[in-house]
Amino acid sequence: MTTPPDLRYATSHEWVKLDGDVATVGVTKFAVEQLTEPTFLELKKVGLTVKPGDEVGIIESVKSTSSIYAPVAGEVIAVNADAVNDLAKVNDDPFGGGWMLKIKLAPGASLDHLLTATQYDAQIAGH
Amino acid sequence: MANLRTPLYDWHAAHKGRMVPFAGWDMPVQYAGIIEEHKAVRTGAGLFDVSHMARLSFDGPDTLPLLEEVFTNSVAGMKEGQVRYGLICREDGGILDDVLVYKWPYGYAMVVNAGNREKIVAWLTERAAGKQVKLIDQTFDTCLIAVQGPKAVELVSGLFADDVSKLKYYYATPTRYRNAGCMVSRTGYTGEDGFEVGLPNALAVPFWEELIAKGAVPCGLGARDTLRLEAAMPLYGHELNEQTDPISAGLGWAVKLDKGEFVGRQALKELPDTRPVRVGLELDGKRAAREGSEVFVDGSALGAVTSGSFVPHLQKSIAMAYLPKKYAAVGTPVLIDLRGTKVDAKVVPLPFYRRKS
Repeated sequence: MTTPPDLRYATSHEWVKLDGDVATVGVTKFAVEQLTEPTFLELKKVGLTVKPGDEVGIIESVKSTSSIYAPVAGEVIAVNADAVNDLAKVNDDPFGGGWMLKIKLAPGASLDHLLTATQYDAQIAGH
Repeated sequence: MANLRTPLYDWHAAHKGRMVPFAGWDMPVQYAGIIEEHKAVRTGAGLFDVSHMARLSFDGPDTLPLLEEVFTNSVAGMKEGQVRYGLICREDGGILDDVLVYKWPYGYAMVVNAGNREKIVAWLTERAAGKQVKLIDQTFDTCLIAVQGPKAVELVSGLFADDVSKLKYYYATPTRYRNAGCMVSRTGYTGEDGFEVGLPNALAVPFWEELIAKGAVPCGLGARDTLRLEAAMPLYGHELNEQTDPISAGLGWAVKLDKGEFVGRQALKELPDTRPVRVGLELDGKRAAREGSEVFVDGSALGAVTSGSFVPHLQKSIAMAYLPKKYAAVGTPVLIDLRGTKVDAKVVPLPFYRRKS
């Protein structure tokens, strides 16, 4: 599988990379493949306060529309305009240039509720 | 119960076909990608495994009366080799399926949607009671492969014992491929020129690979869906179902009310003028409408989307929906509710895409 071992994952297919108290969030390669090539991406605005499960964006393909959910609690401090404007970044490099949001963790918030790469691989293997 | 598999299943699985359940079959939804496959059909040639489509044949002296009874289009006037599109309706005009009828030298055949095979076989069997006609389900005896696109004619040139480039649109011919009997039909579901080819199961992979070697691109159900949407061809289960009728669906051209009695004729003749009709919609922006998205006119939800997508060739967000007749005029402004956001759209002429002939 192509699941980076150093990230954490939501069951709804977002990945999280923690750097200090800032979580970078995107959607997994598996999710992008299931969706098929993205045709539209819309992300919420910087400044929004979110808790896990809040909708922070919409991603569409020719086949379907899916919500993107906040995997952690905090404040949106950046959105990736490059990905919105060039969906090939999401399609070709979902764990890198296709990142979507940066969320500054709320005090006391953690990634403990998220899946490890091994657990996420097990989830998608059962798909 | 395990899903059915076409003779090309192993090929699909071995060539990055992403297999999904569809109408009781395991079918490829895509290989390289829906957008790329879609564009290949609009500019070159695409290859589709449509072996899941049900193929029925009829034998016996009462075949013609049976077909005239169940089919909305006329059968009696068909020429040898001719193919006709039409509907099978209930007494109340509700659509049981949309099908193709073939007139062969030796009798008639029918191509039915995969998901309706059992329902239509049961319906025809019931209607055939007391008549001298035998219905044979040949779905599993052969494969069916569609070659679609502006280069389709060039690609199949020389493959068959007969010159199929001379076939007229909606005509078919028996011929031979690698010394085996097959049939070639100038039909399709993409809005492009092309052929649908019925072959012995053992020749499915050789034929498929020969066309790929000539430059045809394997395409999955995903591209088939976006292609037929651009061409505004209705899809059973979406634009068509037992609650819709052919006239409201814009298929009145395939209903011959003056051909004599057929199931549904009376209801279709007396159809109330209040029934919503199928329209084409074009949305502002790139967001796609999906099946079930509500369509608002003058502040009221008056209809719903049956199919919608941001389509690869036209590069537009388009949809089909049913709307009351008074709002079906081209240019009528509407709003479509996309998960709580109302997006501007307008009624546009169908089809969205028409190939240059």
